[in-house]
Amino acid sequence: MTFLRVTLFSLAVLLAYTLFANILPQVQSNPPAEEEIELGSLDRAGQIAWGERLFSGKGTCTLCHNKLGRAPDMLAMDLAEELRSRIEDPRYTGAAKGLEEAEAFEVYLRESMLEPSVYVVPGFGKKGTQDRESPMPRVDVPPISLTPAEIDALIAFLQDRAGVEITVPLPAAGTTAAAEAGADGEEEAPATTPEEVIDRYGCAACHDLDGSGADLGPPLAGIGARLDREALRRAILDPDAEVAPGYEPGLMPGDFGEQMRASELEILLDYLAGLDGGEPKP
Amino acid sequence: MKWRLLLCGLAAVGLAVVLPHFGLAAEDPGAPAPSPTAADYPRIAGMTGRPVVWALAQMHLFLAAFVLAVPMFVVAIELTGVLTRDERYDRMAHEFMKISMAAYAFTALTGGALALALFLFYPVLMGYLLRVFDGQVLIYALLFILESLLLYVYFYTWNALRYGDRKWIHLSIGVLLNAVGTTLMFVANAWATFMMAPSGVDEAGTPLGSVWAAMQGPLWNPLNLHRFLANIAYGGAIVGAYAAYRFLAARTAEERAHYDWMGYTANFIAILGFLPLPFAGYWLMAEIYAYSQQMGITAMGGVLAWLFIIQAVLIGSILLAANYYLWCGLMRTEGGRRFVPWVKYIAAVLVAGFLVWVTPHTLILTPQEVLAIGGTNHPLLGPLGIMPAKNTAVNMMLLATFLSFQLFRRASRTPTVPWAWIGNCVIAALYLAATLNIVGAGIYGYVTPTVYKVGASVPQVLSTLAVIVFALVIEAFMYRGAVTRPVAWGRMSTRSQYALFVLPVAFTWLMALMGYIRSSVRTYWHVYTIMKDRSPDAYIPTIGEAGNFITVITLVFMAVIVFIFWLSQVGDTRQQAPAAEGGR
Repeated sequence: MTFLRVTLFSLAVLLAYTLFANILPQVQSNPPAEEEIELGSLDRAGQIAWGERLFSGKGTCTLCHNKLGRAPDMLAMDLAEELRSRIEDPRYTGAAKGLEEAEAFEVYLRESMLEPSVYVVPGFGKKGTQDRESPMPRVDVPPISLTPAEIDALIAFLQDRAGVEITVPLPAAGTTAAAEAGADGEEEAPATTPEEVIDRYGCAACHDLDGSGADLGPPLAGIGARLDREALRRAILDPDAEVAPGYEPGLMPGDFGEQMRASELEILLDYLAGLDGGEPKP
Repeated sequence: MKWRLLLCGLAAVGLAVVLPHFGLAAEDPGAPAPSPTAADYPRIAGMTGRPVVWALAQMHLFLAAFVLAVPMFVVAIELTGVLTRDERYDRMAHEFMKISMAAYAFTALTGGALALALFLFYPVLMGYLLRVFDGQVLIYALLFILESLLLYVYFYTWNALRYGDRKWIHLSIGVLLNAVGTTLMFVANAWATFMMAPSGVDEAGTPLGSVWAAMQGPLWNPLNLHRFLANIAYGGAIVGAYAAYRFLAARTAEERAHYDWMGYTANFIAILGFLPLPFAGYWLMAEIYAYSQQMGITAMGGVLAWLFIIQAVLIGSILLAANYYLWCGLMRTEGGRRFVPWVKYIAAVLVAGFLVWVTPHTLILTPQEVLAIGGTNHPLLGPLGIMPAKNTAVNMMLLATFLSFQLFRRASRTPTVPWAWIGNCVIAALYLAATLNIVGAGIYGYVTPTVYKVGASVPQVLSTLAVIVFALVIEAFMYRGAVTRPVAWGRMSTRSQYALFVLPVAFTWLMALMGYIRSSVRTYWHVYTIMKDRSPDAYIPTIGEAGNFITVITLVFMAVIVFIFWLSQVGDTRQQAPAAEGGR
């Protein structure tokens, strides 16, 4: 009897731990896929969108560059002003000094990825190095291993954020890059129709679309008449930059840039831009 | 039975060491790390390697932790028996060893099976590791054989070398046994830490010629210390469960008293090993961050971050159970009753600390809940989700646990030195100063950049350690010549014993969980940054999947431990001789 009681008690404790593990958020992290995709047809918007995905995906930048303060939150700051002040800082010894602004930004950003200790933002150096050594890893070696085309895409994305001319070249014909896994780690074929995109990213759960009745976000009927294509892109990628009157900030996920493929974003933008006051035209 | 199991284990280890040299070791010793393809991971009987290797490795680690830990505290208990001339210590130490002996054969068996599984399922990886660690694998095998010999000599000469100078010879064998066992563990740890933070090889993985350099990775010593302490806590928890079961099944008052005392000692050992463990864990994690900030963040702030909430639940239940057992123990002495009113305050600190520790930073919410709260971080509870709050909580919980332990020790003794009141005042001041420092550093952590936030946890840790060390030193002098009250061993409630079952279950689950995290921080690399894992199992499973797997392994381990307990008991039983025919 004692044995039975002890066994049942131990099993109950064990099951409680198991249950707890199963009610927490479940995320499976897959390795990045290694098959290559052709990049030669990428236009500038596609390169920027790709750079944004790399920023939070393969580049793993958002692991540290976030609001938790491990590294400067590049997406929250006035990036142009910040880069200007860093390049002008007497502690900066890199090659960007004296160059024209957009080119200087390119040189500085490339340096910061390939030689992170060239300039360390005060307060963010390795402990005990008086901000002379950066804890940031080089991005072109394992485990990150970004290719030159990927580094260019990241620079394009950040130059775009800073609002300066994009100076990095587009990928040449024949350039390839590793295809990336989806947000949940599963390799999933990209959505090819607006319905698939809307369904996959759950837009109608919050926005009234085609009679869904949701009211957490503004209705999408006629959105194409209210916002142009670039404003729509901003509203998807950086939803809190400008919030429609009467709606709460912080509700729309800010990681669609990470979740969506560039082709899916373009399909969605085409569709939304077409909702110009009439009936939805998928 | 035990010998046969051990021989099987030895044979398996021998095969595992020798077999790969026929097929794998033909690689050029100066070549870079190989790059395996999906075809290099065989399926055997339809199974991929990870579940098999995971289960065997975890089982081996459970058993190895137990059999390495038990001789450590057994030697300490045996020495206490010699110094105090109290035979009870010797009897208890021998009984602990008896349990460990039955477990040793299973450890060898699972170790051999693990080695074979590794070579069968991951031939390319193991070939590379053999090349990096060269002849070290033979040293490992020799150490294992030496460990086995010493263990059997130590156990079987217990009664032959029991008194006088012979006892010192026996104790010396015990010390030697522990030295070999600990070295064995350190050698095995070097393989694990090489895979996490490779050293002694160039960027392409080419060995630079020194096995010692490959062993001395940045994580080796932190892991050595962490496992050393964790083993002691774990070993204490397992034998505590044995004592609790024997206590519950006891038929005489004498048996109850003996197993109550054994349970108390086991709980004491478990707490002793456990109290400094968070600090060793802190060192390990600090070294991981120093080696690769990315790896550190993957563990603490990335896909694995939620696991630390489970860790909080497990450690919280361990601390609550251990404290509960100590509080129940206050009733063993008349002097303990005066401390009972303190219990509710200690419990309040523990529960508050536990609640802070399990508070996640980001909540799982529906859109309506997000709207109602105004974001995914709760405005009041959200700040409790970050490290300064967690560090404050865990240090306060450790202080509270140490206070419970101190009260229990004081329950049976009254100091006679005239300066006792000064000693008490100094100890109280230590607690107060430590509390202010821990809470103050926690608040400072909110208003400072991350790099200083991490640094703020150091004074918190030092405060807790200072209380433990200085209070123990002061008490050691203060209680010299103290008046001792009789302890009514055996006067414990049945309920209190169940706390001793929570400890091994939680420890076992926790060990497997932390093993899963340690292995997962390598993400999709066999050897981080050098050799990719291209097997179909190269993903980090969900918490639920890992949790279910851990539960299955824990269940199997519990079944093995019950069998081991039974084995150690059945050795003491003797069938009665059949009655003579004429007597019928």
